[in-house]
Amino acid sequence: MNAAILPGASAGQPDFLLAVEALTVSFDGFKAVNDVSFYVDPDEIRVIIGPNGAGKTTVLDLICGRTRATSGSIKYKGSELTKLSESAIVQAGVGRKFQTPSIYDDLSVFENLEISYPRGRSVWGALTFKRDAAVRDRIHEVAEMIFLKDHLSKRAEFLSHGQKQWLEIGMLLIQDPELLMLDEPVAGMSVAERKKTAELLHQIIKGRSVLVIEHDMKFVEDIAHRVTVLHQGKVLSEGSMERVKNDPKVVDVYLGH
Amino acid sequence: MTSPSPRTDNPFMTPTEWAYLAVLCALIFVLLPLALDGFRLNLVGKYLTYAFVALGLAICWGYCGILSLGQGVFFGLGGYCMAMYLKLEASSVENTRIQSTPGIPDFMDWNQVTALPWFWTPFKSLPLTLIAVVLVPTLFAFVVGAAMFKRRVGGTYFAIITQAIAAILTILIVGQQGYTGGINGITDLRTLHGWDIRTDSAKTLLYFVNGGLLVACVLAAQFVKRSKLGRILVAMRDKEDRVRFSGYGVASFKIFAFCLAAAFAAVGGAMFTLQVGFMSPSFVGIVPSIEMVIYAAIGGRLSLFGAIYGTLLVNWAKTTFSESFPELWLFGLGALFIAVVLAFPDGLAGLWRRHVAPLLTRRAKAPMPQRAATLPKGAPAE
Repeated sequence: MNAAILPGASAGQPDFLLAVEALTVSFDGFKAVNDVSFYVDPDEIRVIIGPNGAGKTTVLDLICGRTRATSGSIKYKGSELTKLSESAIVQAGVGRKFQTPSIYDDLSVFENLEISYPRGRSVWGALTFKRDAAVRDRIHEVAEMIFLKDHLSKRAEFLSHGQKQWLEIGMLLIQDPELLMLDEPVAGMSVAERKKTAELLHQIIKGRSVLVIEHDMKFVEDIAHRVTVLHQGKVLSEGSMERVKNDPKVVDVYLGH
Repeated sequence: MTSPSPRTDNPFMTPTEWAYLAVLCALIFVLLPLALDGFRLNLVGKYLTYAFVALGLAICWGYCGILSLGQGVFFGLGGYCMAMYLKLEASSVENTRIQSTPGIPDFMDWNQVTALPWFWTPFKSLPLTLIAVVLVPTLFAFVVGAAMFKRRVGGTYFAIITQAIAAILTILIVGQQGYTGGINGITDLRTLHGWDIRTDSAKTLLYFVNGGLLVACVLAAQFVKRSKLGRILVAMRDKEDRVRFSGYGVASFKIFAFCLAAAFAAVGGAMFTLQVGFMSPSFVGIVPSIEMVIYAAIGGRLSLFGAIYGTLLVNWAKTTFSESFPELWLFGLGALFIAVVLAFPDGLAGLWRRHVAPLLTRRAKAPMPQRAATLPKGAPAE
């Protein structure tokens, strides 16, 4: 089946970083995601758009293992993700940012970043984890990128909403995932914060694939290589922003409003 | 703030924490032995065995957010393991000549058991017993923890299940009188490897051993708290999903915290048996388990030292009040628990941190540095 879809992939050298095929999930008979297929290339920035309830977040949940697929397959660098545990998926190189900022309020910014540092993830590893120079340097480097270098010792709960979003993006950066999934990274941000976030994303997407859910069309136009439009759990349209924007079906259900 | 700030370097203990430890050691090893007679000191020793449980609860409940209402199970298992060894030693053939089967514990003889059951045999050996004291409760916690946390059972459901386990174990011990000593427990314990534990000098020595073990457990807990694992426990309490999607197997970390709490409780249980001289199902069940949670809550569940002081204070109050007003004490305990939940949720440690510690700091260095702004009281890593 693979060979039919991916010519040349039989040599064990997949062309796509992520291949989602015939993905379906049904909650008590309601198909939140229905026969969705799409393919993400290495270094591609793909944006998923669509009206509320289209199944965008569910697709990300399925990829990172938070929700289990009813049928279909998700292949990441040629290996099947639908059978892996959440932590194994992360360790394979898939990072996920949640819609509402999901950070550890009771820990400092430094400690938040440190937990995401990809070392010492077993119980024993965490017990014997040493906060050495490599860890510190990396945390300071990332903190600088996410505009939080002056707040490292602050408790995360005292950050502003925008800063919390950046912190979570920073926590993903430290993981250095090959596939980064962001769920509405600029939602609820001020204009200035939004601009800084766009800058930040431009900087961090180098050398990795990114899957973004976003409603802000200007932002989408700014970053997307390709756009996938979901509607009622199905792929409605796909292609460059230019193409999608002029697709009458898309205008009808989403952009027209 | 640049790198050498209090939150980015990570010493084993801050100077303040060393001071707290010194105060605790002075209290346990110097002040109490000087101030109290042998009987009262033994009583404090008994309270301190509960402090092991409260210490475990501080890690498991305070840091990791797993409320176990069945810590008496692990306290009891540790205590029973020790009691079985002591009972076998007390039941030598000479001591039990009048029984129809000499050489087995008296309660077995009364219950028409004629041979030592297989699970009693390892307790003929002291090294095996010492291993079993820690290993049996920890393994049991591992099995329970693995069954629950791998299935993502948590919160209230977990608390209820631990409570059910406490009830089941009590019923089992009471019901199997011939094998466990039943409702009376295992009594009439005399010697530990030939050393009489009933004498005053033995009791004093056991008190100090108990204190030493407690300090060792505090240091172990401190090591866990200060490691990245400790911060992961706090992170899981806040945002379990974020930890899971940062590549950690959340269940393993919860199992670890639960097992650690069980191991501490087990050491406490064994020391209880040695100091008090018996073990009975009344220390296994729901009521003692909940009382132990109250100790941790009153002391401040986010504080290792708080858990110990909470245990000491509540038990001191219990002894004092139940000597004068026996019927009122349980109401008092209930009221205290409600007061903690409503008025000072971080317990005594929270009150200390909020009101006393800042005063001390201010007195120590008159112009207070800005640190307080970035290190608010009640920070979880305290």
